[in-house]
Order: sequence, then structure tokens, then C-alpha cells
Amino acid sequence: MSTFTSVLNAMDWDGITAQIAAKTIEDVDRALAKTTQLDQDDFMALVSPVASNRLEAMAKRSQELTLRRFGRTAQLYIPMYLSNECTNNCVYCGFSMDNKIARKTLTATEILSDAELVRSWGFEHLLLVTGEDSRTADVTYLANAVELLHPLFAQISLEVQPLSIEEYQRLMDVGVTAVYVYQETYHRSTYRNYHHKGKKTIFDWRLETPDRLGEAGMRKIGLGCLIGLEDWRTDAVFLAAHLRHLERKYWRTRYSIAFPRLRPHAGDFEPNVVQTDRELAQLIWAYRIFDPDVELSMSTREAPEFRDQMLGLGITHLSAASRTDPGGYSTDDHSLEQFSVHDDRTSAEVATAIRAKGFEPVWKDWDLALEHSV
Amino acid sequence: MKSLVIAGKEFSSRLFLGTGKFASPQAMLEALESSGSQMITVALRRVDLHAKGDPILEALKNFHGQLLPNTSGVRDAKEAVFAAQMAREALGTNWLKLEIHPDPRWLLPDSIETLKACEILVKDGFIVLPYIQADPVLCKRLEEVGAAAVMPLGAPIGTNQGLQTKAMLEIIIAQSRLPVVIDAGIGAPSHACEAMELGADAVLVNTAIAVAGNPGIMGRCFRDAVLAGRDAYESGLPMQSGHGAEPSSPLTSFLDRL
Repeated sequence: MSTFTSVLNAMDWDGITAQIAAKTIEDVDRALAKTTQLDQDDFMALVSPVASNRLEAMAKRSQELTLRRFGRTAQLYIPMYLSNECTNNCVYCGFSMDNKIARKTLTATEILSDAELVRSWGFEHLLLVTGEDSRTADVTYLANAVELLHPLFAQISLEVQPLSIEEYQRLMDVGVTAVYVYQETYHRSTYRNYHHKGKKTIFDWRLETPDRLGEAGMRKIGLGCLIGLEDWRTDAVFLAAHLRHLERKYWRTRYSIAFPRLRPHAGDFEPNVVQTDRELAQLIWAYRIFDPDVELSMSTREAPEFRDQMLGLGITHLSAASRTDPGGYSTDDHSLEQFSVHDDRTSAEVATAIRAKGFEPVWKDWDLALEHSV
Repeated sequence: MKSLVIAGKEFSSRLFLGTGKFASPQAMLEALESSGSQMITVALRRVDLHAKGDPILEALKNFHGQLLPNTSGVRDAKEAVFAAQMAREALGTNWLKLEIHPDPRWLLPDSIETLKACEILVKDGFIVLPYIQADPVLCKRLEEVGAAAVMPLGAPIGTNQGLQTKAMLEIIIAQSRLPVVIDAGIGAPSHACEAMELGADAVLVNTAIAVAGNPGIMGRCFRDAVLAGRDAYESGLPMQSGHGAEPSSPLTSFLDRL
């Protein structure tokens, strides 16, 4: 069966941008009132500029759907950076190979030292992150790290370089349950402007990664665009199409979407597009209304009050207490970091804020034992 | 109304017709004509594939739509595969409505045997449209083995109870990559219309037309109901309760503070 590439090739970036701009308030109301599954046309209406006049109605619908599907819970996870080495050169990223920062890939001892610390803060779901350097953090390194950490955590996810189906299967065998891989932008013709060197320059290899994950049978796949590169509304429509393609084809897999907005980092790239909080809220609500089942995740890139408010209105998963540098939990020197976070509360503070809202912080939502019953 | 495509073949009508239960081949032909249907299903057990002059096949010799032989009466995958091969040879079509109902009372389809038979028949070159329980997981499994469409039931065959399985049908429609044809239980034009409003790709009707006082008129009623339902779905239906702008903004006022 065909991959998302064939779907994307049939989509026209400029045409979709124009269609979004032409949406009317009636289109938005029609999408909000729909009782059947929303389609791409409806989603275009919900992310359109004119939908900013219906934010309260969107928030209400999104809140209803989120409560019905996810209840009054907030899932918590923490990223752990294993390496900042990278063979790519991406203009927006602190880890770009041309950035003159110190490079590090954690040893087993260093991994355990960071891991024991974050475990003591209550986290059961660990997201392992690396740059993209298959010479240092290759699949064997990753598999070893997962095996090392499994006794400590209920759930281990990855955000690393795109891999092959066989490599993903190997990582699933050692207990990886989810992989997050962000396309950054679906705009094929400008993609190379941001990605100058390394394997990440190959648009299609990255684009087809979620298909490879689906083929491998991964339990959860995370998608996202980097907000700040291209028109976020158009990118969102492509991502929604990607999500629908994957959900229909790899129907045993769960999906998650993240909303990374560019944050200050090493290097001098300034965002091409600035998305306001109001616009990000609109985008999140549009995804929830489009897809009641997808997990929507918000990282510590965002401000504490924004995160607290968006929980339950659409957001279901939150990272907390994050550091974005390898070994960052056991050191006070953060010169190796990918970007600086905005919400620097401790995990206990975030959990308190969640409870104050009448929600339950969920630390554990998986168990290795479940993998042996299949 | 957009046209329907199944296995690469285009249909301008979204109403499929069953040929059983009619008082006469003539009544069937009247209903066929007034309904505008381009896909009709014929029970293998009802026709004589080998003798010339079978009344149903004879009546259909000028029909230019798609003939869809069905395996009604078989009890398991093995019998279904045999019946299908016989139908292909005799009727010259590889299209097949796969029906396996070992239970003669309610004629409820056997999911396990249906999946098994579908996989074998697809590999053997058939275009398979299986009649099934309104089971969303089964639909995905059939999709994986290469079914051309899925035909979940709205209610047991011949009961005219309408869309009793609506909650499951909604899930099937939402996640299917194949055309969804709602089959069985559709007892009135309003049921057919409701199925189309839900987003079904087509409906199959037999009993309600065949046993109507005037099948010719009833065929037309179903044709119009299917068209209305589909057009309504494609135009975007409003929700029952109002969802307009609201004066206060309790959920979004925090955005002003950020």
C-alpha cells in the first residue's frame, strides 16, 4: 500500500494556503456543528484566520471532546537528552553541526545518573532524545540505553534520527513503545532552505518515517511541525492529512501531536513566522475537534500559565522539569542545551498545578508486562 | 452527488438492490428501473447457473450495471470459495458479495469464516464485498486482506429495524479506507437517508422494496432518499443544538492575560 508521499504529492501547498484564506465564518460554524467526522475542508476552516472569531466555541467543543475521551487526567513525561552530537545542519537548531558548542554523548554511567534523578522526581515515562548522529548514537547505542533504563521506567519513548523498519523493530523488542519524529515543515520546495547538511536534507526519507514506524507496528507515533518556519496554517493541514492517512492505514497505532514553537537557541536564525498564544490555542482546538482521539502534547517550551490553562481544553500530555542538554539533570552547567525552556517549574510544582485544576497527574500509563501478553 | 468508486469502477447510483423476495421478475425489473440502481446482487442459490432460461437471469439480460453474485446459503469459508468459483465461471464476473451465515434463523454473518474466505478469494482474483457484522475491527482486518468494500449490517436481514448498529457504523465510516455499504435492516427510505447522512458510501436494500405494495414506486422512493441523504452529507449537516457565537468567553479569557 502507498505511503504518505503519494498523498502529499497530490496536495498543492499554494492552493491549500489560498483555500484557507478564503474560508468564511459560515464554513467555521458548519465545521463546529458537524456531527460526523470532520474532513480536510472543515479543518481548513478551523485553522483559518476567520475562525479567530469563534475561539470560545472552539474551546468549548474541544473541552467537551477532550474530557469525554481523556477524562480529567494529565499524562506527565520527561525528556532525557542522551547526546547533542549531530551530522545535520538545520538553521533553527542549537545542535546544528556548525554551531560551535561542546558535544557530548552520555556513557552508561552518566545515563543512569540522570535517570535515577528523574525517577526520584516521580517520572515513569521517559522520552530519550538525541541529535542525529548515527556514528555515535546509532541503533545499538539506543537499544543498549533502553535496556539499561527499563528496570527504572514503565515507559520509554524515543525522539531520535529516522530509522529503518528493521531498526524500529529491534528497538520495540527491547521495550520502546513510542517514537516521535517531526517533519518540521511539509513545504517540500522550501524544506532545503532550513536543512543544509546531513541525512535530514532528504525530505522523503523523513516524510516516510511514520509509515515505516507504522509498518514496524510501533504502538504510538508522534507527529509535529516546527512552528516558525512556514505558514503554520498550511503546515497544519498537511499534518492533519498525514495523521488521517496513518490512522486509517496503521489503525492499531496511537498518535500524538506536539506543537514546538521556536525558542531562543544557539545560532542566529530568527523565525519566519511568529505564532501568537491565541493562534496556538486555535490550532490545538482545531486538531482536537478534527480528531477526538489523538493525544495532544505541550512541552516546557511554553509558559506555565498557558500550559495550565490549555490542559483539559485540548492538551492531554505535558512534559515537566525538562532540561534539553545531555546530562542536564545532574549538572548546573547547561551550555550544551538545544533550547531554553519557558516553564522551569519542578515536577512537584507542575503536579500541584494540575491537581489545583481538578485533574489527576498520571505518571504511569504503561507496563512492560503488557508487551509479553501480545 | 459525487460518484461512488469501488475497485476502480464508477457508479452514479449509491443504491444497491437485492433481487430476492420479489413477487415476480417483472416486479423486480420495475423496481430496478425506478431505483436507478447500477449494482444488483443475485443469490447463487436462487438461480440456475447452467440451465438456459433461468427467470431471474433472463430478466437481467438487458441490465447494464454490475451483477454481484452472492454466496447466501454457505456455512463456512470452504463452501463460500467453492460457490464463488462456480459463480465466476457461470456468470463471467469476478465481483462477489461474500455472505457466510451458518445461522439460518437470523442469517447473521460468521466473522471468522468471512475473513478467512475473503483473504483466499482476493488472492484468487475476486473483487470481494463481504456482508458482515457492524464490527469496526473486522472492517479493518478485511481492508488488510484486500476487500473492495465492506457491507456492515444495520440490523438483522429482513427485520426492517433500521440502523440499530448506528454507534458502530459511525466508527466504521470514520476509520474505513474502503467504501462502506450498509446492508440489511434498512426498512424504509428514511433509514436509507439516515445511513447516507451518516456518511455511508451506499446502501443495499431488498426486502423493503421487494415486499412493498408497489415495488416500482418504492424503488423510486429509495432512490430519492439515498440522493437526499448523500447530498445532505456532502453539503455538511448542522448539529441538532445551536453552536453560534456566545457573549461571554469563560474558556478563552486567559488568552487576554498572556
